[in-house]
Amino acid sequence: MSEASKPVTKQTEPPVVNRRKQEERRRFLRSAALLTGMVGVSLLGFVPVVRGWNPRLRPPGALDEAEFLAACIKCGQCVQVCPVEAVKLADILDGFGIGVPYIAARDQACDFSCDGLQCVLACPTGALTHEINYPHETRMGLARLARPDLCLAMLGQGFKGVARGPDFTGKLRFDEVDRWNPIPVRDHPFDLEICDLCVRLCPIEIRIAQCAAGTPPSGDPNQCPPKRAISLEPMDDSDGVKRMMPVIHEGCVGCGVCEMICPVEPAAIVIDERKQWSGA
Amino acid sequence: MKEFRESLAVMLGKAPRKPAPEEFTEGAKRIHQAQRAKKIDMEALRREAREHEKRHYWRNRRWAVLIVVNLLFVLSYRFDVQLVEGALTASRVLGFHFADLNSSLQVTLAFKQVLVNLFIGTTTVFLLWWVFGGRGFCSWTCPYHLLAEFAEKIHLKLAEKKLVTDHAFHRGVRTVFYVLFALLALVTGYTVYETISPVGIVSRALIYGPGLALLWVLLLLLFEIFYSRRAWCRYVCPIGLTYGLVGSVSPFKVTYDLDKCEHEGECRKVCMVPHVLECVIKGRAHKEHIDIGADCTRCGMCIDVCPSQALRYEFKGLSKFM
Repeated sequence: MSEASKPVTKQTEPPVVNRRKQEERRRFLRSAALLTGMVGVSLLGFVPVVRGWNPRLRPPGALDEAEFLAACIKCGQCVQVCPVEAVKLADILDGFGIGVPYIAARDQACDFSCDGLQCVLACPTGALTHEINYPHETRMGLARLARPDLCLAMLGQGFKGVARGPDFTGKLRFDEVDRWNPIPVRDHPFDLEICDLCVRLCPIEIRIAQCAAGTPPSGDPNQCPPKRAISLEPMDDSDGVKRMMPVIHEGCVGCGVCEMICPVEPAAIVIDERKQWSGA
Repeated sequence: MKEFRESLAVMLGKAPRKPAPEEFTEGAKRIHQAQRAKKIDMEALRREAREHEKRHYWRNRRWAVLIVVNLLFVLSYRFDVQLVEGALTASRVLGFHFADLNSSLQVTLAFKQVLVNLFIGTTTVFLLWWVFGGRGFCSWTCPYHLLAEFAEKIHLKLAEKKLVTDHAFHRGVRTVFYVLFALLALVTGYTVYETISPVGIVSRALIYGPGLALLWVLLLLLFEIFYSRRAWCRYVCPIGLTYGLVGSVSPFKVTYDLDKCEHEGECRKVCMVPHVLECVIKGRAHKEHIDIGADCTRCGMCIDVCPSQALRYEFKGLSKFM
């Protein structure tokens, strides 16, 4: 190094103390950026919740949505106990609802084949409230005949074959086939003069029929639902075609079996999540 | 008590300090003097340390435990044996409630009710990790920790080739995160932190199947590989800090013997939280036997790399029997 260049390098190189200060300053700014970034990303979880991007049918006993998201510890114990694997956990696109259980009724509804509300019993936090004991005490939502023009019963048509086709993987419990194990719907063909699948397979209606026959589930009269959930009512048949209309009643719990089993595409009957009964 | 406060302060973000001259015990002074007089070949010592590390005695055992614990969750659901039900956020182990301390805190703050099951679950988990050293949770159980260890290996390889550099953050930022996430749960009424928690995400993905949330985890890992070594565990994770607080009162610790130490410093290079190992720097230990601070994850990497057994696991009160 020549004599002349020495003072130049000394001038351009900042003193050591300043450099350390500068590095500390940078580190501080970086840390502030990390803080803002991470908290910002986590708060993005607000968007799907506020916007209601993914309205979800929640498992039996779920508290009000905001409380439910708060109380749920996102562990999936409810998923593990469900005999028909109806309970799924939401992904990150549900924002704050990540890891929170829901039921996609069209794919696999809750048919209460556990009888004892296993998901409620499994929930460690009471996000699925422990205050209910029987299927008819839940209110997940309410069924609605959304597409009456597609409804086979209203068209006066019967149904023959497997509901939802041979590739459908959903399961239901058919008491007359196996009291303890749900079977794939595709293994249980029907031959109906007029389609009444939504009524025939309604878990509440099944229980009402069992109670009327003097054989309540598990021999427990508390299992008997006090109110009807759905029925087929005759329609005006002045054109000579016998038509029936599914009518939803106060006892509907919104379990989604009717939506799941409805053989037309898209389903004529659907569940309105969290909707409460407000009169016929 | 003073040491306890200091170890908490360092965990919360304070820079470790050099002990004042009057704090050194006579024994420590003697050892430092003797060590200063000794001529040592640092390069040879470092090579010896790296050779010693190759057995990976504790690392292999730790990985085995971590994998088995997470596998228990997965398999007990797959084969419906009901041994461990749930995920790392909350579970039942043989029917007994377990609840992650931080997840429970988030739920309690958001829901604003003290839930009996969570109280039972957190007490059990608190006791469990009190026995196994607080942040032992991080290194011996957390599935994200294992992924981050692989990311760290890649980061270090790239750093060696000067392709990346480690951008450090202020460690105090984790404390700010902790307070902010607690406040956010309280104010918004949602478990805000769970949305980005890679621990919950990875645990659920293992048990219930993968989802889009894993992309967020991947992003975090890439951030750690290319920008900042072990950034999540070091600077963000409130779960780690929660278990660190448990670790501050745990009898299970890594401890340091000054007289055996050669000060080649490889332990600080492998450590994820090297601020707890400042005492191994030459001339720094103020007494002969030191307990490593609360933030230590009890991962045992320092023990694996230490060729002179200056660092070891110790269960306070049990050493007499062992």
